[in-house]
Amino acid sequence: MNVMMVLEMAAQGFGDRVACVSGEDSLTYQELYDAAGQVAAYLRASDCDYLAMLDISSLALPIGLFGAAWAGKPFVPINYRLAEDQVAALLPRIQPALLLTDATHTASIPGGVAVTPIARDAFIDMARSAKETVKPDWHMDPEEVAVLLFTSGTTGAPKAAVLRHRHLVSYIFSSVEFGAAAEDDVALGTVPPYHIAGVVSVLSSAYAGRRVVQMPNFSPGGWLETARRERVTTAFVVPTMLAQIVNELQRTGSANLPRLASIAYGGGKMPAPVIESALSLFPETGFTQAYGMTETASTITVLYPDDHRAAFASDDPAVRRRLVSVGRALPGVELQVRDGQGNVLPAGQRGEVYVRGEQVAGEYVGKGSLLDAEGWFATRDAGEIDDEGYLFLEGRADDVIVRGAENMSPGEIEDVLVRHLAVADVCVVGVPDTHWGEAVAAVVVLKPDATVSVEELQGWVREHLRSSRVPQSITFTEALPYNETGKLLRRVIRADLATGH
Amino acid sequence: MNQLKPGVRLRSAVCDTEVVVIAAPAAEVTLSCGGAPLLEEGQEADASVTLETGGDGTQLGKRYTDEDGVLELLCVKPGAGALAANGVALFLKGAKPLPSSD
Repeated sequence: MNVMMVLEMAAQGFGDRVACVSGEDSLTYQELYDAAGQVAAYLRASDCDYLAMLDISSLALPIGLFGAAWAGKPFVPINYRLAEDQVAALLPRIQPALLLTDATHTASIPGGVAVTPIARDAFIDMARSAKETVKPDWHMDPEEVAVLLFTSGTTGAPKAAVLRHRHLVSYIFSSVEFGAAAEDDVALGTVPPYHIAGVVSVLSSAYAGRRVVQMPNFSPGGWLETARRERVTTAFVVPTMLAQIVNELQRTGSANLPRLASIAYGGGKMPAPVIESALSLFPETGFTQAYGMTETASTITVLYPDDHRAAFASDDPAVRRRLVSVGRALPGVELQVRDGQGNVLPAGQRGEVYVRGEQVAGEYVGKGSLLDAEGWFATRDAGEIDDEGYLFLEGRADDVIVRGAENMSPGEIEDVLVRHLAVADVCVVGVPDTHWGEAVAAVVVLKPDATVSVEELQGWVREHLRSSRVPQSITFTEALPYNETGKLLRRVIRADLATGH
Repeated sequence: MNQLKPGVRLRSAVCDTEVVVIAAPAAEVTLSCGGAPLLEEGQEADASVTLETGGDGTQLGKRYTDEDGVLELLCVKPGAGALAANGVALFLKGAKPLPSSD
């Protein structure tokens, strides 16, 4: 298996279709295939063991991903928003490498590291200079490493997650139907290349035969304008992006996107008010929620459009609640919830989520496989599965607040607080407490012009949950800290609370 | 007779068909296309084999399975021959279109 099979099939099946649009420039699937062959020859002739990419999305993303796969060298997208010293710390871990980048980053390559920069435009020109279609000669060893992705390092030094060809290919083969896209399907790509969803969408779009319009710099107005101009039919967003789009539309009026058939979202917790507003603002659009992580080659559970609409329309609290579920396991993926002793818990009981399947990699460079003897991977996410298989996430297992002898998840308290009319955003964390061990603290962002007292919010939580869940302290702030892909940085909030900010 | 390994790519000896093994039974199985055994990389076709006509051939991107549903092949290059396992014709597996999640 090799991810190049995906592109080989696309080039055979619909080679004349446009694969990727970047500004004024574009590539068909056949041109992309030829460009990948050219890059493979270039990489094989070089002494590089890796192709790294420290740049925004461009045509170089699909060309580089496939070209590296063809050459049998790992593709390593790096977060271009990292500070210079953070990049400098990562590069020695992937040498010798060819580094696809732009002029501003070339300077951050430290001395003595075997990393050769190549500018984005020079790389694309080199790739597109292919004179003929090269015969497929990539390796078919499924164990070969296709992609290394550095984790966002929200809890320590970045780890390099290993994705082998078999993980990515089995995800595509089990979740995408070949050639399923219509001729005029257009996807709007806003997720950066260093995010697993940005990598995988290159593969799933190729296998489905979809045209991708890249949008490297997200803004809600720009997103709406591009979606209208490019007649976009499907888009993937992280929750913070959807929240901004909803805000923009509440300010400016109708979405006016009749061709937008599908919005998929994932990469973080979606607040119920945001998805509810979005369902009203996009009445004809199907919403799909995907839950997954780098270590599982992206999506493992999906909440489909029908699930969304059924939950949104239902008066049954158990069904209504599924709007904030991450859905059910994909075919070929198994889920379990286990307690702290490793016992598998029945439906409806909260514990840590485990996952197993062909696409589950669960491996880091230098640490080996973290799968247990039966192939299960501990996600470190806390959650429960209902009796129909819908998974509800309750935050990271490490974020569980232990107050006295009682375990509680920040998520359930946040879900209640965010429903208060004055609250725009909220984060609940555990803070050290001499009496209880940990106490519940909430940091709240109010809606513009809204006011509410701490006592009223405490009363609101008491009305809906057990009294132990009532935050002992509530502080107000302008905005919560998120990383650029929408992950709430709880450790920053904990540190701020500890130092009294 | 061969024990099949998922991920292995095989090609027809008598037409353009190429397949990848997606899932395979533990037991040994002989795969053929157009009446001739499928070849692994590096294997040469027996010059005497000819395409056995009949059937609709193979279609790009389609999955082929057996009666038990254990064996699954993905067609990565279409051709005129029909696929079979131990002499029994394989059939097209139904599509399961899913909305894009990424």
